[in-house]
Amino acid sequence: MSTYVDPYASSRETTEGTVFSVTGGDWDSLVTEIGQAKEERVVVNMGPQHPSTHGVLRLVLELEGETVTEVRCGIGYLHTGIEKNTEYRSWTQGVTFVTRMDYLSPIFNETAYCLGVEKLLGIEAPERANQIRVMMMEFNRISSHMVALGTGALELGALSPMIFCFRERERVLDIFELVSGLRMNMAYVRPGGVAQDLPKGAIAKIRETVAELRQNFKDNEKLLVGNSIWMKRTEGIGYLDLAGATTLGITGPVLRSTGLPWDLRKMQPYCGYEQYDFDVITADTCDVYGRFLIRIAELEQSLRIIEQACDKLEKSEGQPVMVEDKKIAWPSQLSVGNDGMGNSLDHIREIMGESMESLIHHFKLVTEGFRVPTGQVYAAVESPRGELGVHLVSDGGTRPYRVHFREPSFNNLQSTSAMCEGSMVADIIGAVASIDPVMGGVDR
Amino acid sequence: MSTEERGSFGTHGTGDTSGYGGLVRTEVTPGSTERPYGGYFDQVADDLERAYPDFADAIERVVVDRGELTLHIKRERLVEVSLILRDRLKFENCLGVSGVHYPADTNRELHAVYPLLSMTNNQRIRLEVSVPDSDPHIPSLVEVWAGNNWNERETFDMFGIIFDGHPGLTRILMPDDWQGHPQRKDYALGGIAVEYKGATTPPPSERRSYK
Amino acid sequence: MGLEEKLPSGFLLTSVEKLAGYMRKNSLWPATFGLACCAIEMMAAGAGRYDLARFGMEVFRASPRQADLMIVAGRVSNKMAPVLRQIYDQMAAPKWVIAMGACASSGGMFNNYAIVQGVDHVVPVDIYLPGCPPRPEMLMDAILKLHDQIYVEKLGPNRELVIKNVEAAALAALPTHQMKGLLA
Repeated sequence: MSTYVDPYASSRETTEGTVFSVTGGDWDSLVTEIGQAKEERVVVNMGPQHPSTHGVLRLVLELEGETVTEVRCGIGYLHTGIEKNTEYRSWTQGVTFVTRMDYLSPIFNETAYCLGVEKLLGIEAPERANQIRVMMMEFNRISSHMVALGTGALELGALSPMIFCFRERERVLDIFELVSGLRMNMAYVRPGGVAQDLPKGAIAKIRETVAELRQNFKDNEKLLVGNSIWMKRTEGIGYLDLAGATTLGITGPVLRSTGLPWDLRKMQPYCGYEQYDFDVITADTCDVYGRFLIRIAELEQSLRIIEQACDKLEKSEGQPVMVEDKKIAWPSQLSVGNDGMGNSLDHIREIMGESMESLIHHFKLVTEGFRVPTGQVYAAVESPRGELGVHLVSDGGTRPYRVHFREPSFNNLQSTSAMCEGSMVADIIGAVASIDPVMGGVDR
Repeated sequence: MSTEERGSFGTHGTGDTSGYGGLVRTEVTPGSTERPYGGYFDQVADDLERAYPDFADAIERVVVDRGELTLHIKRERLVEVSLILRDRLKFENCLGVSGVHYPADTNRELHAVYPLLSMTNNQRIRLEVSVPDSDPHIPSLVEVWAGNNWNERETFDMFGIIFDGHPGLTRILMPDDWQGHPQRKDYALGGIAVEYKGATTPPPSERRSYK
Repeated sequence: MGLEEKLPSGFLLTSVEKLAGYMRKNSLWPATFGLACCAIEMMAAGAGRYDLARFGMEVFRASPRQADLMIVAGRVSNKMAPVLRQIYDQMAAPKWVIAMGACASSGGMFNNYAIVQGVDHVVPVDIYLPGCPPRPEMLMDAILKLHDQIYVEKLGPNRELVIKNVEAAALAALPTHQMKGLLA
């Protein structure tokens, strides 16, 4: 039992051991320190529960009047230990954990992880699986940007765009539900391909949705683009130029708002992106308005990619969506029965009655999982927030040895201080909204 | 380098009569690769050697595996090599620090992995530094790539690697007064048993499971 | 019944409890406590398609002083738990808590060092809503069940009686490890 007095956590001894009370003690000592200082500095704590900080983000601001002299971010309020959890589950089960990190773009998390696993295994997902992955990723980009734009607008005071954006997002979630069964956190992309093929009539519904979205995006644009109040709130705010962005390791729309057209889909294509025709959107104003325009323009580019993916999917009808190797491919064929979605009756008949090998494969893959040869790999995708990279280390077993995600929001959030110091309090909200951090990804 | 793995299940001595407990597997970790490396890796290695004459002394091992280049560096030379990589070889973007704990690798238990990206040349490489548990100090790279600030704090928080020269090395993800470094292999997952109608399911770290 | 027919029109007879229950349930204002993925489904429930405004609940009050209902949406980490408790304490009575999602109800899939295994370790919960994440319709169902609970909540000495009965029932209840179910 140590007698060390922690300034950040008062403690008392109980029958169960030492109990710490972490009540923001550093806050009190900070304020008393400030009280003794000569200058008039006000220290304000924003969050972690706050309507305008994009999630559980704590911002400690030092103010001089309305001007911010220092901004510090406190994160970790959503730390879930996902990376350590994956070390106790098989490689395929890792997908379900990893999908909940950056919960606004689950498909990107899954795809990055699966690309890493496939690189370690030395296999390639089949072409149709890649086409489905691309389509789902672009839909996810749209739904993620919708939340970013909607909540960003909401935080700055524009209430209607939130409703409009969530309306479009609902359409995209309908597509997710049609294809994978769930609206969010689908666990759809698996190592080796995707979990199941598109249902009948999916492509027609997707094309219909794309047409509707294209029409509705015009409404969304009319609300804010060129809106003088919006522009006054966002132009010149959150300035971060190219030198600052590269030093801080920023990627994504924030980097593209400085003028550099760096997009992993073009520079280091994955999942067949080199076959699609789309533009990389940049802006050269380096401010919140530029990033806002980039996100809106990326929506249209995503729709273009989805249309091209639909054309390809129509041509590749009937091809497998999982890798051929039966020792890796997730075994089940899913279908919707009267008690929900589960293994189709055909598959059950096959494994129970017809093929002993299928039964063994199903059993071994579900209980043990496949083995991945030793080594380490880094795989990256371009998520709506920037470069989402995964560093996987395998020790040859059925469970990952180490899974580390390089989350774009984690690195991008470091630029808050650079963007906000010297500006006013209200501008911080705009700057943080333009970085679009998702705290699940930041804290993992 | 190769290690021998015995048995298929994670737990031992549980009366397992399936026969899988007697399996012996040899796991081979990719060792040092010889020239030519292939792709742009040769050009990167040559440029580095030209710019940094002490190359052979600083780099312990060069591994090219699965299309990726890993340079294993001694920690004393880390900052110098990083400056050269950033300024001369144009690896202007460091994508963070990833810590890995290999308790079996005596005197080299903690590894810190730095993926680097060159946007100018569209190249990726990886730097890896290994330090012993007894002396887990690595020089900080915040002066070279400012974006590593929080990443190094996270690696400290999760693994206990102390980055010398970091402007403010404190915990970032766990509460400030947390004891221990959670992602190390000797730190328990910390789950609780789940009880349902008289039956208890142990937490995932304590179940009998495959390795 | 008989009395109301004899009174002139425009009079309504009810009990204080029913009136209070009716008033309280019909405009619950949620506190913004969206943490993770469930928060997004909560926002979707408040948006256009699954409209919480039909219950008068579209105003998510940021200030806990103005909120009645705390929907804990998402995983609560050990770092966030004191903040959760502080926000709950700052809410003025009467207040209710819905634990939305598997992570808030029981820790969900994250059975580890970082996540509180169920927010009922930190705040008293009225409704547990499973799901990962629960659909907006499921959230509305939970809110409606909470409305029913609030409507029949008793006041004053009646409430004290109810609390005493509930406590006695809980003390006499079958412990979980003795509920064998089909295992017996």
